[in-house]
Amino acid sequence: MIKAKRKPLEELFDLTKGFQRILCVGCGGCTSVCLAGGQRETQMLKTDLSQLFRENGKSAHISVFVIERQCSPEYISDIEDMIKDYGCVISAACGAGVQLLAERYRSKPVFPALNTMFVGLDRSTGLYQERCRTCGDCQLGYTGGICPVTCCSKSLFNGPCGGTNINGSCEVSRETPCAWNEIYERLKMQNRVENILSIHPPMDWTDKGPGTLIQSGYESRYIKK
Amino acid sequence: MKSGSNLERVLKAGHFAVTTEFGPPKGTDLSIVKNKAEFIRGNVDAVNVTDCQTAVVRLSSIATSAILVQMGIEPVMQMTCRDRNRIAIQSDIFGASALGIKNMLAISGDHHSFGNQKNARKVYDIDSMQMISLVKRMRDEQKMLSEDKPFQGEVPMFIGAAANPFAPPVEFRAMHLRKKIEAGADFIQTQSIYDVDKFRQWMKIVCDMGLDRQCAILAGLTPLKSAGMARYMADNVPGMQIPESLLTRMAGVPKERAAEEGIRIFCEQVEQIREIPGIAGLHIMAIEWEHRIPEITERAGLLPRPVMQGNDFFSGDPQCR
Repeated sequence: MIKAKRKPLEELFDLTKGFQRILCVGCGGCTSVCLAGGQRETQMLKTDLSQLFRENGKSAHISVFVIERQCSPEYISDIEDMIKDYGCVISAACGAGVQLLAERYRSKPVFPALNTMFVGLDRSTGLYQERCRTCGDCQLGYTGGICPVTCCSKSLFNGPCGGTNINGSCEVSRETPCAWNEIYERLKMQNRVENILSIHPPMDWTDKGPGTLIQSGYESRYIKK
Repeated sequence: MKSGSNLERVLKAGHFAVTTEFGPPKGTDLSIVKNKAEFIRGNVDAVNVTDCQTAVVRLSSIATSAILVQMGIEPVMQMTCRDRNRIAIQSDIFGASALGIKNMLAISGDHHSFGNQKNARKVYDIDSMQMISLVKRMRDEQKMLSEDKPFQGEVPMFIGAAANPFAPPVEFRAMHLRKKIEAGADFIQTQSIYDVDKFRQWMKIVCDMGLDRQCAILAGLTPLKSAGMARYMADNVPGMQIPESLLTRMAGVPKERAAEEGIRIFCEQVEQIREIPGIAGLHIMAIEWEHRIPEITERAGLLPRPVMQGNDFFSGDPQCR
């Protein structure tokens, strides 16, 4: 899932200090799961921001509402009636959720409460690790289930660079394992080293502006003939 | 001849080749380039020009290489995948060829988090393996990536690649070397070797795979300047391994005699390495020690360098092929 963390409070204050009525909108999706933008965190954001407003000799009325999923049009209508009473919105969704709110409520300034970090996994409560760069051409099949795009600091496709440390860590950090060392070890264990013996050609990064995905079976609905 | 470079000619004639390394300055003071270059002239067969090594911004590898060409000193232009996408890489290779550069070394490059632009966005559009294939295609088929129509003109480039025999996954390193040769590497320069026994064992594997007959393997050596430098390299340089016995030996001599001891160790290593089957030459990485290259090469018995017949390189004319 998508992982995010709250922006520095001072940055949020700077964005919103000109407003008297602020609506903090949490998200029940990914950012809630990673403890950044759910009910509890949005409430905490309200408390912290109100405090900072007071410390700066200002007052603002801040309310909290949590939308089930901010990246979905059917859910974001939930705030249609209440948003009229507010000067601006702080959204604790990922970057996609913030943009859908901003698109739906065009006349309202919508500010991001979070920095969207990565697609990652839950290692433990509050501890997440990046595992996917959403490259659009999944490589995991030949790399033993370890992503070379994400987990190799140089996103190499054909084996390790020369910088692997003797303990098998990456040249960038001794705390980070060398992805290609791990790929080799795992493939060897599975008797699949031949997977990485032939040259893997350059990627098709499909880096052509904002992507659109039409799920198979839905083409006729969205593609005009 | 693939490129007609001096390095290629030296290797083809069966000479034990010698290359070294040249770090461009931070800035545009060309007197630094010219002064350093004079220490190298005549003492090696070609000189690697680093491409913003340790990810610190410096005078570009391509410009510095072109200046060396003008001076009649043969460069091996290093090119990293760190800062260029495939458009820039191919364009720069055209540019290098047009400027008379005939050797290049395709490498992934030190990660930008080491350098002076830590907030940069990394590129790594293609990796060094893919860069080798791409240059080979440009040279042998006169075609770019994803294009079937040949381009105008030639890219006579002698293609180099790096290899680290010692870093994990150690078992995979010889297979990785084979992959680079299949991709199109004509010569290999290895990471600095300090454990010659370990290197000998690796070369045995490489020779058993027949790789030494498919490309020229140049063994990398870095003379130690001081005990502090040795310790620093052992602890901080990515992929570098220095045996404790050498660190102790360097630490055992007084500071003022450390450089001398380092050169002695170097000369011993050169002798040992020349005996290893499958080694075609030496790559001397004398970091910020270009001025000692005349002495180092002399004392290691690497001089005089062969002067190749039919070598058009020293005419100084970039159009010369």
